[in-house]
Amino acid sequence: MSVNYVDAILAAQDTLLREDESVFLYGQDISRFGGAFKATKGLADAYPGRVLDSPISEDAMIGVAVGAALNGMRPIIEMQFADFSSIAFNQIVNQAATHFFRTGVEVPITVRLPSGGTPGSGPFHSQSMEAIYSHYPGLVVVAPATVSDAYHMLIQSVKLDDPVIYCEHKFLYRWLKASSINGDGLPLGAARITRPGKHATIVTYSAMVHEAVRAAEMMNEESGWDIEVVDLRTVKPLDMDTVLASVARTGRLLALGEAYPWGGVTAEVVARVAAEGFHLLDAPPRRLNSRDTPVPYYPDLWASHRPTPESIRVAMRELLSF
Amino acid sequence: MPDTEALTPRSLDSVRVRSVFLAMLKARQLETKLASLYKAGKIVGGVYLGKGQEAVSGALGAALDPNRDVFAPLIRDQAGRTAFGEPLIDCTRTYLGSVRGPMRGRDGNIHRGRPRERIIAMISHLGAEVSVVAGHLIASRLRGELEGRVGATCVGDGATSTGAFHEGINLAAVERLPLVILVANNQFAYSTPNTRQFACDRLMDRARGYGVEGHEVDGTDFLAAVEVVGGAVDRARAGHGPQMVVANLLRLTGHGEHDDARYIPDELRTGPLGRDCVAVAREQIVAAGYAAAAELDQWQADIEEEVQQAIAEAQRDPKPDPWKERWQALSDERGLFGGRSEAAEPTEPAESAP
Repeated sequence: MSVNYVDAILAAQDTLLREDESVFLYGQDISRFGGAFKATKGLADAYPGRVLDSPISEDAMIGVAVGAALNGMRPIIEMQFADFSSIAFNQIVNQAATHFFRTGVEVPITVRLPSGGTPGSGPFHSQSMEAIYSHYPGLVVVAPATVSDAYHMLIQSVKLDDPVIYCEHKFLYRWLKASSINGDGLPLGAARITRPGKHATIVTYSAMVHEAVRAAEMMNEESGWDIEVVDLRTVKPLDMDTVLASVARTGRLLALGEAYPWGGVTAEVVARVAAEGFHLLDAPPRRLNSRDTPVPYYPDLWASHRPTPESIRVAMRELLSF
Repeated sequence: MPDTEALTPRSLDSVRVRSVFLAMLKARQLETKLASLYKAGKIVGGVYLGKGQEAVSGALGAALDPNRDVFAPLIRDQAGRTAFGEPLIDCTRTYLGSVRGPMRGRDGNIHRGRPRERIIAMISHLGAEVSVVAGHLIASRLRGELEGRVGATCVGDGATSTGAFHEGINLAAVERLPLVILVANNQFAYSTPNTRQFACDRLMDRARGYGVEGHEVDGTDFLAAVEVVGGAVDRARAGHGPQMVVANLLRLTGHGEHDDARYIPDELRTGPLGRDCVAVAREQIVAAGYAAAAELDQWQADIEEEVQQAIAEAQRDPKPDPWKERWQALSDERGLFGGRSEAAEPTEPAESAP
């Protein structure tokens, strides 16, 4: 019996709907159809009237979530693809994110963003939006990389009184399987050391955690390097305690992400480590991101657009040879 | 789909008529003082007045039930806010940055609200509150509490050009929500005339396209405004779905007090749209016997005192202190890091409405 990443997201929403009457789901094609990725399959029948189809109106979907949250609910919004949340940008960053600071009244909404690339999905169904939303004060941004995190972090996100952008990686939906959803009880905001090591640290999140671990295993087999992999889990706020403690042990940092290279999460990690842990570093901190182009359609192009175990190993060898 | 003819003429309730006019007078007096404070340099940022829009705005606020309805006023709705029950001091405290106001200096002027008391705090992005009110109503429906409740929001002619407005009203129509959208068609969005804003003959024609009931009213005609706006709220409350009310009027001031509005042609100012709804209301009220002229004069005197007090108190209030400001955009630090970070300190609560 195994459970995959999207099953965990489905199970978390089932748990939330069962245990909390203030939870409801709103999004495109999520009711009887079960969602574009079947992340809400069966929930409309199990919880009549609480899994609602929306029109193709991303701006209004978030507006509805904010209004419902102000009226005592804890809505979960499914964006069909993270890319389409650009239409809801105003409601997310100006309405939801500013509300508590302006009024003192919380907006407990969770926005699920099916994120990241898959072969053939192209420029408008592949993007990673976490850096954009992390830029704005008032939002919590999470990006689970494991099946149990997909489950527990969604539950924790909905229980949080602040708006949460929950970035779920589409590549992990059915590819990533686990024997159960039992987790290690880490709270939101805490990073995890996925693979302990001593020679260098890779700080990453979401699907890139798995690419980093693969690269680390290859480097261990090839040449005995022992690479530590830190899974941020939550990209806003950053768990700098865990990141700095890892860099203190290894002295070397690669910040790795699937998102575009200009600015973003990896830039923030490098900037903070450089500022707060300069004395811990034995080499200039490095970043590795996607290429600085839109995400291409053709599978071979796509696979070369994002970081791969090969490109990660190249970056790591340069880091380790300094 | 019925349009204006859906409203049957009825005799107007005297209590309603008087409450709308009282809110209009308060709004006009308060805003006149705000303009003076701005020109004296006592208010920073901007001052945005509802001059010329008080009749429809006040009619909407007075038709709503502050104990159960939700209201998202916009930039020119001091009259509607007052009629709905927002205390005048919320306005002066927000303009003057008092820490005792609902926004505590973190936001200013017309960007204020009391979300827990169902007054939504607008953001500047136009059309954005339509879906927020819709969501508020959907929440009530999910709890089985929607019966008898109404939500309302105000926009201008300019906001009808936004995607947010379209998405919001369409969604409200799909859900058949008891939502009243008051469009104050004041002919200009900042300086842009309607000829550069939309190409349809009448904005109200859009109601049919959205599948909602539409009503059109001369916003300078006080009694018509009270009747049509109140009737739309009644229709929504009775289960007839979203109501779009287009009120034709003229903004009798600049976009803000920094704007002399020279772009408004004289023939509009001196034409029928340029009538001052407050003056029209006074004439209509006295002529129809809702109140005597002497009584209205007494109201005016009482209001001047009330407005002066609201300004004086807000001016005496403590102002925000950057060293005491919490500088925290999240409410729930306890939910992050498993409580590892410092526990959230309570902020000084805003005074609740009386």
